[in-house]
Amino acid sequence: MGNAPILEVKNLSKHFDGTGVLKDVSFAMNEGEVIVVVGPSGCGKSTLLRCINGLEHPDGGEILLDGKRIDSGANLVEVRRQIGMVFQSYDLFPHMDVLGNLTLGPVQALKRPRLEVEAEAEKALARVGLADRARALPRQLSGGQKQRVALVRAMLMHPRLLLLDEITAALDPEMVREVLNVVLDLARDGMTMLIVTHEMRFAEAVADRVMFLEGGVVLESAKPSEFFHNPRSERARQFLNTFEFDAVK
Amino acid sequence: MDFDFIQRFAPMYVKAAGLTLRIGAIGILLSLAVGALCCLARWFRVPVLRQIAAVYIELARNTPLLVQLFFLYFGLPKVGVKLSAEACAITGLTFLGGAYMAEALRSGLEAVDKAQGEAGMCIGLTTLQNLRFVILPQALATAIPAIGANVIFLIKETSVFSAVALADLMYVAKDLIGMYYKTDEALLMLTVAYLTLLLPISIAFSLLERRLRYAGFGSAVQGQ
Repeated sequence: MGNAPILEVKNLSKHFDGTGVLKDVSFAMNEGEVIVVVGPSGCGKSTLLRCINGLEHPDGGEILLDGKRIDSGANLVEVRRQIGMVFQSYDLFPHMDVLGNLTLGPVQALKRPRLEVEAEAEKALARVGLADRARALPRQLSGGQKQRVALVRAMLMHPRLLLLDEITAALDPEMVREVLNVVLDLARDGMTMLIVTHEMRFAEAVADRVMFLEGGVVLESAKPSEFFHNPRSERARQFLNTFEFDAVK
Repeated sequence: MDFDFIQRFAPMYVKAAGLTLRIGAIGILLSLAVGALCCLARWFRVPVLRQIAAVYIELARNTPLLVQLFFLYFGLPKVGVKLSAEACAITGLTFLGGAYMAEALRSGLEAVDKAQGEAGMCIGLTTLQNLRFVILPQALATAIPAIGANVIFLIKETSVFSAVALADLMYVAKDLIGMYYKTDEALLMLTVAYLTLLLPISIAFSLLERRLRYAGFGSAVQGQ
């Protein structure tokens, strides 16, 4: 594999109704790298993630996974088997129990034997503290538990890359932690992740690199220590200030 | 109330109920098949087929079954197609029912959160796998009340088949009234017969509905 990047995004652009949501976005990700994308709402963070696994079709530029171009045609299903994605709203399948949710992809899409996948799923559930919830239905789980199941569901596909789209935005504060701990564990295990989040402390802890997106443009791309303590652009400074409350005192 | 009369002619009702039920069952199964095809043609936006489906649905829902039936029974022979009364009945019921079932299934499909389909795509399912394992089970659960209402509606609609001399429940009642003028007894037996057929179906669908109430409990929060 060498040092070739897992993911390359080149001059990506996307418009909705004539408004540019992503403008000429370019970056690359290496194996094991964790990039956190931050920025004000509407800056194109979610659209960027959705373009990468083809939930949105880009208007320009190209995206390469392991050097192979992702196009909107036939290889999308294949690409999505290699890119996991977890959403803010969990989106577990409500008519299946936890184990059913976890095994559907590996068994149907990857054609792996059910028993083998179930054994793996139970182990993975134990690792995120949900060993006893395998037979629960999604509606019987708390938000934090649902999101941990959603993370395991994505991971059981053994993706090359994991996309996390504001996965804690709908959670109560004490549940945020249990979900983020799972993500920190994944980072420690060397999972390549592209993360959109508003949890700045978490971003600082997990990121190898932070990308600041504003108006569909990458304004900064820096190490977390630099970005959070010494942002170069005035706009990034303003953005980071909105998370401080010192001025109120 | 003439109970001898009731006793004497009850077997005729039982026999007619069998015919009503048989035609109803065949017509409903075919309706579901036609409905599913129309619904999928529109869902997948299949060119031409989806326009045909749309026109058919409006045509079938906005004309009375009796008119559709007369068209089949009296109209078609004029162009050389002669169907038996029973074939007319089944074709008519399917023509009407297919449109209603298509709409019931569509309402179910549209009620499935778009994010569910995206979640299915994200674990690498193909379009058909996604439909089969993720979308259809939820769509059907949502559509069950509407499908149940259609089943009962269609069985009741079979009463118009007496107009083409098919010996169903309605036909027997009209016949007996015509021959013996025992209007009260004949209509009482007719009412009891339809209730006996439809109440169990109605209760069965209520139970099924209760069991399937999980649908729609998927995500507490809608993503943007």
